[in-house]
Amino acid sequence: MATISNKEVFLKGIIRENPVFVILLGLCPTLGVTSTAINGLGMGIATLFVLVMSNVVISSVKSLIPDKVRIPAFIVIIAAFVTVVQLLMAAYTPALNDQLGLFIPLIVVNCIVLGRAEAFASRNTVVSSILDGLGMGVGFTLALTLLGSIRELLGSLSIFGWKFAEADGMLVFVLAPGAFITLGFIIAIMSWLKNRNPV
Amino acid sequence: MATIKSSFVNLLVTLTVITLVAGLSLGYVFQWTKEPIAKAQMQKQLQAIEAVVKGYDNNPVVEKFKVATAAGDSLEFFPAKEKGELIGMAVKTKSSKGYSGDIWLMVGFSMDGTIQNAVVIEHKETPGLGSKMTDPKFLKQYMGRNPGSENLNVKKDGGSVDAITGATISSRAFSEAVQKAYDTFHSMSYGNDQQ
Repeated sequence: MATISNKEVFLKGIIRENPVFVILLGLCPTLGVTSTAINGLGMGIATLFVLVMSNVVISSVKSLIPDKVRIPAFIVIIAAFVTVVQLLMAAYTPALNDQLGLFIPLIVVNCIVLGRAEAFASRNTVVSSILDGLGMGVGFTLALTLLGSIRELLGSLSIFGWKFAEADGMLVFVLAPGAFITLGFIIAIMSWLKNRNPV
Repeated sequence: MATIKSSFVNLLVTLTVITLVAGLSLGYVFQWTKEPIAKAQMQKQLQAIEAVVKGYDNNPVVEKFKVATAAGDSLEFFPAKEKGELIGMAVKTKSSKGYSGDIWLMVGFSMDGTIQNAVVIEHKETPGLGSKMTDPKFLKQYMGRNPGSENLNVKKDGGSVDAITGATISSRAFSEAVQKAYDTFHSMSYGNDQQ
């Protein structure tokens, strides 16, 4: 752990250990909210914020928390930040808050957040935990935005809400099956690229 | 990782401190966002009212009142006034007969019961099918008509409204909500038999 550089800690979350496409964590919000690009981006940024903040707090108090209660302690810290995000979104981006609805409180149980807290922040310094949170968060945001863009493009013939053709799109991509199909294709392409030039 | 032993007292103290700090900071954020949240919600209602009734100069949200419906619940009424005189009424109404979850509408009536306009405030209908109830093409069918003298059900139910293709249930729920708004409006002896 000590040998990898800060740059690597940040970059690994974006492609090599991308939480959605490679580790396959946090698929519930991934499949649920990505019917449009803007929803994916909003959800990604909300998760990014929670990831970074909880990583910072957990890595700074890690030595004060007895092992036996570390999971409840982490969950309380994460839940507090999720509630902060929810209140802020309700206050300043009410439209997006309505769209994402139930999925914002569900960030609490997003495996990525607890996974990074347990696997990284509880063992590393504050600085590298921030970078890890940022990297994972950016990776998650990129994945959700990509998925949302493809689904919006094919399903509603628009991108970030800007409609470029008046016709109806392929409805299946707006509905849940479209999320599975799109995600499957992206993961297949990622694996193919990875196998072609091994890192 | 931990340098602190998992003794009973340590567990107790740690969890108490963490929950206390979390609770206090959430209380602070709640206080701080309370006003913007209330403002955002009021803004949303005002926008919906603006879309359905015209020409008022008061603040309908401040003057809102509740009216009991025949079904036992109550709807919110937003009176639109010009120079103190009642010129229209925006009614926030809902239907629970949608395809998934409640559908909330804002319906604007002139004082004779004619619908000025109707907009969807909130729905969870299927994207691409039931969600088309927000299209002007569908909403236009209700504009300028009077539920007291016309049957505004979908054509399948003997009415005069073209249901959304593939979303009869959603269209039906929409008509039901509009009718409910009118019936309650009518029960206050507005929009009565002037035609």
